[in-house]
Parts: sequence; C-alpha cells; structure tokens
Amino acid sequence: MAEQIVFYAFSGLLIIAALGVVVSRNPINAVMSLVLCFVTSAAIWLLLEAEFLAMILVLVYVGAVMVLFVFVVMMQDIESATLSARFAPNLLPGLIVGAVSLAELLVVVWVRREGLPIAAVPEPHPADYSNTLELGKILYTQYVYAFELAAFLLLLAIVAAIVLTMRERPGLKKQNISQQVSVRKEDRVRLVKMEPESDA
Amino acid sequence: MITLSHYLTLSAALFSISIVGIFINRKNMILLLMCIELMLLAVNFNFIAFSRYLDDTAGQVFVFFILTVAAAETAIGLAILVVLFRTRHSISVSKMSSMKG
Repeated sequence: MAEQIVFYAFSGLLIIAALGVVVSRNPINAVMSLVLCFVTSAAIWLLLEAEFLAMILVLVYVGAVMVLFVFVVMMQDIESATLSARFAPNLLPGLIVGAVSLAELLVVVWVRREGLPIAAVPEPHPADYSNTLELGKILYTQYVYAFELAAFLLLLAIVAAIVLTMRERPGLKKQNISQQVSVRKEDRVRLVKMEPESDA
Repeated sequence: MITLSHYLTLSAALFSISIVGIFINRKNMILLLMCIELMLLAVNFNFIAFSRYLDDTAGQVFVFFILTVAAAETAIGLAILVVLFRTRHSISVSKMSSMKG
C-alpha cells in the first residue's frame, strides 16, 4: 500500500513537472521543472531498487548537468519577445503526434503484451543486497570495454566543449613558451665596454 | 500492486510529453535540449523497470551508459549554443538557415 502511494504521488509530480518543462515560457522555470523531474524520477528508481542509479541521477544530473543549463540560460540574455508567441503554429500537429505516439505505446504495453511478465511482482531483495556491488561486479568484468569507451567519450566531450567555447581575445598579454625556450644569449644580453670612473 | 505495465505507462507518458515539447518549442534550442533530456529519462525508466522485473542487472549498466552519453551530448550541445549565441545573438532554430542556397 505504501509502495502504491509513493508510486502514484511521485508519478503525478513527475508528469506535472514534465508538463511544466514543456509549456513554461521562462527558460529558468523550465530548468527548475526539469530538476524536479529528475528528483522525482530518482525517487521512483529507488522504488525499483536501483539505488546507485538514483543517486547518480541526483548527483550528476541535478548537480552538474542542470547547473550547466542554468549557467547557459543565465549567461545568455535570451530575448523574451521571441518566447512569448511561440506556441501557436505547432501546437495542433504536436498534440496529434504526441497523442498518436502515446496511443501506440499504450497499445504495446496494455494490449499486445507478448510474453511480458505483467502479473509477476518480483520479491524485494534481502537486506544485505547491495545494488552498487552487483552493478560494479558486472560493469568491471563483462562491460569493461564499454566502460573504458564511456570514459574516453567523456574526455572527448570535455575537450570538445572547451575547444568550442574558447576564444582568442585581441590585446591579451600571454606567454609564448616556445619563443621563450628557444631564446639565445645573443638576443638578450648586451656587453658594454666602458671606462672605469672614479670620484677623484 | 505496482506492475511492470505501470512503469511502462509512466515512461510512455513522459516520452509523449517530450515529443509534444519538441513540436511546440521548435524555436528555442535550450528547450529542445531539455526535451531530449526528458526523452532519455523516459527510456531510462524502461531500462530500469525491465531490469527489475526480469531480474537482470545488465539493464542498469545500459542506463549508466545512457547517462554518460546524455551528459556528453548536453555539454557539447550547450557549447554549440554558446558559440551560436555569440556569433548570431539569437538561439532561434528557425534563423539557422544561413547555409540555404
């Protein structure tokens, strides 16, 4: 019973927040609704006993990716004039496509469920079951190459984001390392011959 | 009793909402990126629900990789957005037709 209350409460909140992302006119409101989406999703994932992924969703998504969104929204002063009247032309086709896709997915889930374990409710895991341990066991053995590929992908994303947004500002004083290293004594040091002077 | 169908229905609703979002927010690139994030979240829901109800941890590994790819995609997408805004002073997708012949 408690499980059902948690599921329906967080699902309702999730749907409302998703609608908030879609229809809100202010990008900041949309970002905050998306944060609410991720937090409620993490709660539902906890219900599905995927504790590690729920924590990752909150830490990585809410903590890093959404902060990135907030930064970009706040740094670019997006003109609100273009945001005000943007619904009208595409609302009807959007609603039609959305309704059709929802109907198709629901038919697959509720009518044409071929061999899906519908009635079966799995037993809860024992108290000493560690989701993180199980995930780690399979991730570092069977999926280790994919894991390393994912690490490389993240490195690539870091480099790409930095290279894309880096710009050369004119008039910036900076070092040219190769010029500094390859300098020779003759370029910098000048020996001057001069007569000795005395106060006498 | 919460069955697999409940979770799949929730995921289907989330996916459809984000499809509608992509249609009605066609002008704003930030909202398009956020709708894509919502879609990926719906897909992750399916993976985790099946992983639980079929008792196979591999589904959660796939969610792990989807999260990685989504984070990379968001970072690069927002970088492109920043560059675009810097050069064109607009993030409207409909104005991105400078390569049209």
